[in-house]
Amino acid sequence: MSSEQEGESIRCLVAKVGLDGHDRGAHVIARAFRDAGFEVIYSGLHKAPEEIVQAAVQEDVDVLGISILSGAHDTLVPKIMDGLEEYDAKADTLVLAGGVIPDEDREQLKDEGVAAVFGPGTSIEETIEFVRENAPER
Amino acid sequence: MSEETLLEELLAGKHRALARVISKIEDRSPGYRELVSELYAHTGNADVIGITGSPGAGKSTLVDKLAETYRERGETVGIIAIDPSSPFTGGAVLGDRIRMASTVGDMDVFVRSMSARGTLGGLSTATADAVKAMDAFGKDKVIIETVGAGQNEIDIVRTADTVAVLVPPGSGDDIQTLKAGILEIADIFVVNKADRDGADRTVQELRDMIQLGNEGGMSGGAGGHHSQDVIDAHDDWNGEDDDTTDETGWTTPIVETVATKGTGVDDLLNEFGAHREYLLESGEHATQVRGRYAEEVRTLLREDIHAMLEAELEAAGGVDALAESVRQGETDPYSIADDVLAPLEDCLEEVDVEPSDAA
Repeated sequence: MSSEQEGESIRCLVAKVGLDGHDRGAHVIARAFRDAGFEVIYSGLHKAPEEIVQAAVQEDVDVLGISILSGAHDTLVPKIMDGLEEYDAKADTLVLAGGVIPDEDREQLKDEGVAAVFGPGTSIEETIEFVRENAPER
Repeated sequence: MSEETLLEELLAGKHRALARVISKIEDRSPGYRELVSELYAHTGNADVIGITGSPGAGKSTLVDKLAETYRERGETVGIIAIDPSSPFTGGAVLGDRIRMASTVGDMDVFVRSMSARGTLGGLSTATADAVKAMDAFGKDKVIIETVGAGQNEIDIVRTADTVAVLVPPGSGDDIQTLKAGILEIADIFVVNKADRDGADRTVQELRDMIQLGNEGGMSGGAGGHHSQDVIDAHDDWNGEDDDTTDETGWTTPIVETVATKGTGVDDLLNEFGAHREYLLESGEHATQVRGRYAEEVRTLLREDIHAMLEAELEAAGGVDALAESVRQGETDPYSIADDVLAPLEDCLEEVDVEPSDAA
């Protein structure tokens, strides 16, 4: 129960970036994370990479989940990663990508620093489990 | 990152360091107390403004516009937006950030979302500490935004110098229900969405309430600063005076805004300025700050003692076992509390003796 809840809670930013108006998935994730006891900050739609970086840095999130269904991940994600780097936030932020991301692009995203890519059909439990296990210790 | 470098970097204006310090404050992680007490030396320059009101009143949108206007005036802004957390899972969706779109890309507006996860009034302490961090960082204005839903929120918003309460039009019934609540803490009323039907009526109702408070000298009301002397003085004038402002008090102004369009935001900022001036000139500010620190000291002590007692409880067999023995009719909560507290009291008595010996 909350009355005895001490200190840390996993903080997540659920981010929608670029020209992509589909946020049902992001909402489902935000809600599921909340129910898992995480603190979720939702970015809202159509955010520029800089806005996502600003939010991630200021909110000091442990986890940044980027939802992209527009196919522009190969340009947007690197911009976000560079921004995090600029503010020394890249190393200890767990970055996840979700949405429609072709298999052949996954390696490249991981090279950029994305910890995991969750495509369509991933179960929510799996995602939550991954976050719990991999959220950076601070 | 060590606490010292963290502090240095915060004072040097690194956003990452500020963000990290606030996390430490929120998490109550080891070393946060030293950190915050170091911060105090660097604070005292920011104006702290609290914004509260019912859900959907337009707080976040208004805060966004306030931040934008302050930035146009060349001032830096820190925003602490507090949203409720689930009492069941502790999870939260912090959604205020979505509304704050006017200043994105401007790192000199530092928006931080916090959830109401604290214990025992701890949130107001955490908020006050986060304000200190932003103050030390060098923010000119710090805005605290929270839903005015209960005592917890009222405590939070009280950590501000100036409190604005948003009242949406057509909330006549709400005004009734809120009378003993957030309306009492308002230094400024904001009728947001003033372009909607019923705005005039809401303004009128608020005005009536403020006058009632002034004339009746209702304690803690909107005119709570007024002393009995002032009311007597009014009697001596022997006439109905519509102007309820007196030389010493602050009469809660009502500002109409349309946050989505930015209408009335300048007026509101001017009222914030006027209230600030009033606080400083009347000496009210010193009283207010003193009261706040007294409360902070009390809360900290309460939290510390709470933590110590938790350990004592554990040593006495854990609260569950004790509760079970109450259920079995073997003992009662009062006896348990006495037993748990006894060793602590013994210690205190011993300590009490020592300083007088030394002196």
